[in-house]
Amino acid sequence: MKRSVSLLTFAGAAAGSLGAAAAPAMAADLNVTVEVPRLSVAEYHKPYVAIWIEAADASAAGTLAVWYDADSKEDHGTKWLKDMRQWWRKAGREMSFPADGVSGATRAPGPQKVVFSGAKGALKSLKPGQYNLVVEAAREVGGHEAVRVPFVWGKPGKPATAKGSAELGAVTVFVK
Amino acid sequence: MSLKTRLFAVAAAGLALALPLSASAHRGWMVPSFTVLSGDGSWVTVDAAISNELFYPDHRPMRVDGVVALAPDGSTLKLQNVATGQFRSTFDVQLTQPGTYKIFSASNTVTASWTENGEVKRFRGSADDFAKQVPAGAADLKTIKGASRNETFVTRDKPSTESLKPTGKGLELVPVTHPNDIVATEPATFKFVLDGKPAADLDVTLVPGGARWRATPGEIKVKTGADGSFKVTLPEAGMYWINATARGGESPGRGPGGGMGGPGGAPAGGPPAPAQPLAGNGFSASYTATLEAQRP
Repeated sequence: MKRSVSLLTFAGAAAGSLGAAAAPAMAADLNVTVEVPRLSVAEYHKPYVAIWIEAADASAAGTLAVWYDADSKEDHGTKWLKDMRQWWRKAGREMSFPADGVSGATRAPGPQKVVFSGAKGALKSLKPGQYNLVVEAAREVGGHEAVRVPFVWGKPGKPATAKGSAELGAVTVFVK
Repeated sequence: MSLKTRLFAVAAAGLALALPLSASAHRGWMVPSFTVLSGDGSWVTVDAAISNELFYPDHRPMRVDGVVALAPDGSTLKLQNVATGQFRSTFDVQLTQPGTYKIFSASNTVTASWTENGEVKRFRGSADDFAKQVPAGAADLKTIKGASRNETFVTRDKPSTESLKPTGKGLELVPVTHPNDIVATEPATFKFVLDGKPAADLDVTLVPGGARWRATPGEIKVKTGADGSFKVTLPEAGMYWINATARGGESPGRGPGGGMGGPGGAPAGGPPAPAQPLAGNGFSASYTATLEAQRP
């Protein structure tokens, strides 16, 4: 364990020095798997989910995806975007919806795999460094939960996983 | 309308605007259904009441004919679906623009005494009525000017600050932390200004709602610094009632018969006692708002 940590640190430092010399655009992609849990509740609605990048200072460094009901006739689904409260406060309220390449439909229970291209959207301009991938879920007549998984942007890495306890299952992040 | 009923009407309007209520525990408040909203179909519905317990309508409704909804662009919006019940008033505001809305009522009152033909006269009412009813150049004229303001804030999409600019009259809260960006457990900073100038050494009280389920009121007391600002970290998410009163000169005290006539301060029955002159000139400026601390 100790050894892998020091290796990671070394690798991180190496990436940092390389990053200074290399072009900022990384070919790497961010692979994310979000487990939407199957819940046994009287009234189930698929959760709204925001997938965003949190910088070391806890600010938002970009929004990768927002799964919501954009086809809702009533309000185009925007009414409940505020319920992903951390994302809404740090990033969402500055955006307009639908957002190209970000807006998407809600997902059914089960593992949901998404690949975010390093050549597009928020990742295209993301500086190499240490971040959290935040998956934040809010469910109608349900709860709210945010799961954070650390990742290093700028070079391929190993998969890292964190688990939610109520509204989200395992979240796995893998730069490759 | 007799003078007595007219005065009562004025007093009723005044208390509805939550004039300094320090003589009693009655608190005026406007609680919006949401303070942070998203999307262009947004509305808020607001409950407005004067109550003992926060935020339960247990005493009487707030009169809302003086309530103004100030839109992010500074325009005034119509309150919709206004209704007044036994214990509370309700109204809706459609958030047609993105940004921050200030929903408020503000009032100015004058309490005065003077001598006319050797008899002490008293007046209490709006500043406008004072100018009409109290003779100019009245002998021994003494006045206590009261200003009071009761506010709440809601934001649709990105917060804005245009509607938050102080008017420079009375006691006002100037945000350093945006009033719709308060998060429990994170420090928030605000500033009080009195007639536009920093209100130093002002006692400020914050009281969390949900009192019914707590054994203690949970009041938080803070004091403003020389620049009128104070910092507070609200411990729990929820709605908070914030209140401060600046007084000067011979302003009404806190004891019974303090002169500002709190709720229930209708004229007592029986023949009126001979009018007593005010001790001197003074002022009282109070500020009340309902703020939400969001869950982190």
